[in-house]
Amino acid sequence: MRSLIPEFEALRARFPAGFASSLVLPCLRRIQEERGYVADEDVEELAAFLGVPAIQIEEVLTFYTQFRRRPVGRWHLQLCRNVSCSMRGGERLIEHLERRLGVRPGETTADGRFTLSTVECLGSCGTAPAMMVNERYVESLSAEAVDALLEELR
Amino acid sequence: MAGRQLLMTFPVTESSHRLAEYRARGGYAAIEKALRSMRPEDVTKQVTDAGLQGRGGASFPTGRKWQVVVPGDGQPHYLIANADEGEPGTFKDRWILENAPHLLIEGMLLTAYALDARHCFIYIRGEFDLPYRRIAGAVDEAYAAGLLGERILGSDFSCDLIVYRGAGAYVAGEASGLISSLEGKKGYPRNRPPRLTVKGLYQRPTVVNNVESLSNVTVIVRDGIDAFRAVGTAKSPGTRLFSVSGHISRPGVYEVELGYPWRKFLDEDCGGVLDGRALKAVVPGGISSKILTGADIEHLTLSHESLWEANSTLGSGGMIVVAEGTCMVRLLEIMLRFYHHESCGQCTPCRHGTGWMHRIVARIAAGEGRPEDIERLYYVAKYNDGTTICGLGDAAGYAATGILDKFRDEFEYCIEHKRSRYQGRLE
Ligand SMILES: Cc1cc2nc3c(=O)[nH]c(=O)nc-3n(C[C@H](O)[C@H](O)[C@H](O)COP(=O)(O)O)c2cc1C
Ligand code: SF4
Ligand code: FES
Repeated sequence: MRSLIPEFEALRARFPAGFASSLVLPCLRRIQEERGYVADEDVEELAAFLGVPAIQIEEVLTFYTQFRRRPVGRWHLQLCRNVSCSMRGGERLIEHLERRLGVRPGETTADGRFTLSTVECLGSCGTAPAMMVNERYVESLSAEAVDALLEELR
Repeated sequence: MAGRQLLMTFPVTESSHRLAEYRARGGYAAIEKALRSMRPEDVTKQVTDAGLQGRGGASFPTGRKWQVVVPGDGQPHYLIANADEGEPGTFKDRWILENAPHLLIEGMLLTAYALDARHCFIYIRGEFDLPYRRIAGAVDEAYAAGLLGERILGSDFSCDLIVYRGAGAYVAGEASGLISSLEGKKGYPRNRPPRLTVKGLYQRPTVVNNVESLSNVTVIVRDGIDAFRAVGTAKSPGTRLFSVSGHISRPGVYEVELGYPWRKFLDEDCGGVLDGRALKAVVPGGISSKILTGADIEHLTLSHESLWEANSTLGSGGMIVVAEGTCMVRLLEIMLRFYHHESCGQCTPCRHGTGWMHRIVARIAAGEGRPEDIERLYYVAKYNDGTTICGLGDAAGYAATGILDKFRDEFEYCIEHKRSRYQGRLE
């Protein structure tokens, strides 16, 4: 985390005085972007830097679904399993990916290339079914489109 | 086009979201006018008299919310745009963030001026990628042009705006959960009173408004009360953005003049039910709004009063169209799984009730339902209603009783025959 401190200082200057606690989420996002997950030492260092209790940071890490305490595969495929996507073939797509990758949601392929997850509505219901590939939205999916994407990401 | 439009008034192109084009369309004239010739209370009065109702889900009158905050009372006030957009079926704020970010920023400036708020935030859901880049880019443009920061447009009004990204939690879209989240904590909703307009962000008076509500503030101040009220109905002035998904030929975001005939909207504007199937049901505004049958909506219009009369609500504008042949048991199972997954766990009825209801419906869908299950679902749903800190617990109950009220026979069939009447079909 230490290399990010100048950036965090600049961020703190943008917030009103007394808002140090608000920096927990944006700092954790940046740490995760850099490392791929949030490590124990990050929690300690961020707590010390912001002057907030480490337990608050731990709670945040468990509460929000986007934070990770462990690395994921090179490509993190997060498929929506909510209503509108399911109505346009989302459930079949999840099964298709389970078969293609040989893993269940929450698992990573043995070669470390792909992690499969299911998520709730991504706000892409009009272009369902939808998923995220790392930070990017991929929408209007079909089994063929997914196969082409897997080929591209191999 | 579904009646007159106030927000989607320009062709979307590669550059229509940029500041230069927004200005060419007359953008930032409203804040210039307000800073030159209006007092803060004049802005609040305009929004109140225009009759703007919140677009985030509860349809609460925007002006009435603002009136609680007293400009110049010696303490800081905060304004937050709710861009968490997590209600399943809803993707309309995304349209504004991606295509009209300056409309939102201008509305926030006007609102901050009215509320005497020096600092504003846009709380945007963590997954949103392009919407985040677009709104963050627009904020940078506005700072560079002197539309944000110190002494805006040469006036003595100063205002800063921070875009704050969530990290994946539906309940953080609830206004008080959002405030907890913006304080860098778990997104736990808070008990009220005190109202957030009295003690909100860091215990200071705070207004939380939806993205679309704030964008309409720009329209109201720019065009005036009469022009705004000339659109829509007497009880539902203006327009609403609807995000339409599910079994529909042309899904997408539509701006609809309130009072527009519902069936006509689906058949003509959205191209009708997918593959020409019959219309079974419609979720009007996100899964937390009560479902209506195809027959129910036949003579309804899209307005707040029309939906209230039908015992539902326009909610978040997330309209999900359900074709004949769809299994409602499976649909409810997905909804309840969602609420259980998203319950923050603070309130016992919600923490247990959502899981309990989900297990019962999953069991029915799996062909293992018991005759007493339907009454039990009603019992658990009633237990949730009004006994919890935030609306999530209630919403889970409404989703369940909403579907049971209309499609009870399908659940009975599934329990009796140990299989779904529609083979569990969702597509
Ligand atoms: C569980 C839950 C989730 C919510 N999610 C959102 C949301 O994503 N966006 C939103 O604008 N309002 C959401 N709301 C409604 C907010 O609490 C609040 O009423 C709204 O942001 C106020 O804005 P408005 O008055 O302009 O409509 C949610 C409410 C609940 C109970
Ligand atoms: S109703 Fe549910 S989500 Fe809302 S505060 Fe209570 S436990 Fe949390
Ligand atoms: S239901 Fe999948 S994106 Fe909304």
